[in-house]
Amino acid sequence: MIKQMLLRTGRRRRLITWSLVVWALVSYGFAMLLRPMLAGISIGGTDLGFWFAQQGSILVFMAIIFHYAWRLNKLDKEFGVEE
Amino acid sequence: MSQFAINLIFVGASFALYIGIAIWARAGSTKEFYVAGGGVNPITNGMATAADWMSAASFISMAGLIAAGGYANSTFLMGWTGGYVLLAMLLAPYLRKFGKFTVPDFIGDRFYSRGARLTAVVCLIIMSVTYVIGQMTGAGVAFSRFLEVSSAAGIWIAAAIVFLYAVFGGMKGITYTQVAQYVVLIIAYTIPAVFISLQLTGNPIPMFGMFGTHVESGQPLLATLDEVVRDLGFRDYTADVENKLNMVLFTLSLMIGTAGLPHVIIRFFTVPKVADARWSAGWTLVFIALLYLTAPAVASMARLNLITTIFPDGPSAPALAYEDRPDWVKTWEQTGLIRWEDKNNDGRIQMYNDANAAFAPTAEARGWAGNELTVNNDILVLANPEIANLPGWVIGLIAAGGIAAALSTAAGLLLAISSAISHDLIKKIINPGISEKGEMLAARISMAGAILLATYLGLNPPGFAAQVVALAFGIAAASLFPALMMGIFSKRVNDKGAIAGMLAGLITTLLYIFTYLGWFFIPGTNMLANTADNWLFGISPLSFGAVGAMINFAVAYAVSLSTEEPPQEIQDLVESVRTPKGAGAALDH
Repeated sequence: MIKQMLLRTGRRRRLITWSLVVWALVSYGFAMLLRPMLAGISIGGTDLGFWFAQQGSILVFMAIIFHYAWRLNKLDKEFGVEE
Repeated sequence: MSQFAINLIFVGASFALYIGIAIWARAGSTKEFYVAGGGVNPITNGMATAADWMSAASFISMAGLIAAGGYANSTFLMGWTGGYVLLAMLLAPYLRKFGKFTVPDFIGDRFYSRGARLTAVVCLIIMSVTYVIGQMTGAGVAFSRFLEVSSAAGIWIAAAIVFLYAVFGGMKGITYTQVAQYVVLIIAYTIPAVFISLQLTGNPIPMFGMFGTHVESGQPLLATLDEVVRDLGFRDYTADVENKLNMVLFTLSLMIGTAGLPHVIIRFFTVPKVADARWSAGWTLVFIALLYLTAPAVASMARLNLITTIFPDGPSAPALAYEDRPDWVKTWEQTGLIRWEDKNNDGRIQMYNDANAAFAPTAEARGWAGNELTVNNDILVLANPEIANLPGWVIGLIAAGGIAAALSTAAGLLLAISSAISHDLIKKIINPGISEKGEMLAARISMAGAILLATYLGLNPPGFAAQVVALAFGIAAASLFPALMMGIFSKRVNDKGAIAGMLAGLITTLLYIFTYLGWFFIPGTNMLANTADNWLFGISPLSFGAVGAMINFAVAYAVSLSTEEPPQEIQDLVESVRTPKGAGAALDH
């Protein structure tokens, strides 16, 4: 039982960590700090960093939240701790 | 039919809808009043939360800010949406599992301390009251422009409507009214954007049109915009910024501020299950994104439209003659939000960046003697349908949409204030023996009191309306967000640590803001000029909330580690919050 709980905690932590890595990468990374590195990739009259700043990051944020909800609700079912 | 009559029909019909919903969804118990009985479907809840969150600032001001700042102001887009990722993963499901009604409730119980509860109540009231003033003044502007009443009368009408449905319906009435308000505001925002995108790029979806080809010039829209603004001495629309540290911290402040706003967090107490709280945050972001993905398109297209209206044959050819100005310029001139001053006496309207020294020779060669047109950023969205010559009903729709955005946020804030007073202050601290009926009465009276206070402050704004956002987000980011995070994820942080952390974050943030913007925003009392040279490491007062949050975390851990561990039952409580099982039972406290 305790082993089960630790396994669930570990998988939940990994899921949250990776979600936050992607969250930071698209906003603070691609849209801001790494923008000069992406300047070569053009999209609609400007560069990829500008697209991430004004649209891309919002789209990725949505994907992260739905992916997280889907995976964690599945995890809860697997370990029988859902409501 | 006159434009006034059309506006009246649209706004009147939307009000009738809200009041009808309020009568249908009256609250009968404190649980219905505070959390709508805890039985709201996650998609419905997501839509209501989106309306709650998107204020007059999102609807009216944001596109104008992006139009003026270009890439540099993308911070608002990322900051106000990225916070939902934190909310969905780090806060919402855990707080829902904890099963309380309010944010001070969680902080007070988790840190087993009246002092912590009281600190949270004070933070909540300061930020909610400042925030609600902006909503009342925003509604006042929309009323006075579209219904041709005075701004003061507009604020009184807005207050009466909110009073009707918030005081009687509580969270239940507010939730279902906000769903209607969301539908009104998103339609109002999208329709003009679709028409304008079609006119400029031939693409009916604004978010694609923005990165599409400009029909007239045959090159990408953004490239055309860059060229046009450069030719008037402005920075390129897509230009990179030099001070990335400030940009990062400002975005981070907006993100953690969003995740710490009590009137948004409270929404996740209204869904039936923990799993629903997770889905609900996702749906909220989808409904917010519908507006936030359109906003940058509205911004870039409106900026281009404005410039081509004034320079129909390009910036180097003679500008538009004042006599030939379109009707929308005339109507907005009456409000004082567009001003023209003929500095070179040629009867034409010149608009350019006269602060750019490198551009001065070009301006002189063109015979310009300074920028002649001042356009308030806030009119951009409201004037958008008129700029694009759209039919009268679209203008009526925009009026109803702007008012819906302001009222839905005001109602959510008022509920957060009233529950903090009646539940956290009266029931939990002053008079624990109060009956459920008595508590509901107290909630309604404190809400009525909060509406009167907000109306008074809306009529007599203390002169810091523009800085209110900085203050509210700074406080949420520096005080409440870290306390909630540590309450959920640390078993070691105790009552003393939490209180010391909240106060340290709150006070350093307020001091930093007041140093540059004046003590309590009284003009002239600032100790340093609010310019980038004076800022500590180039961090603007608007961005300091993120630093305040770090100070909060550091102080809370330092104090906790040098004092005793929290009691065993609190450590068990923290453990139990991490698994969803048993959340249903916790709700009936």
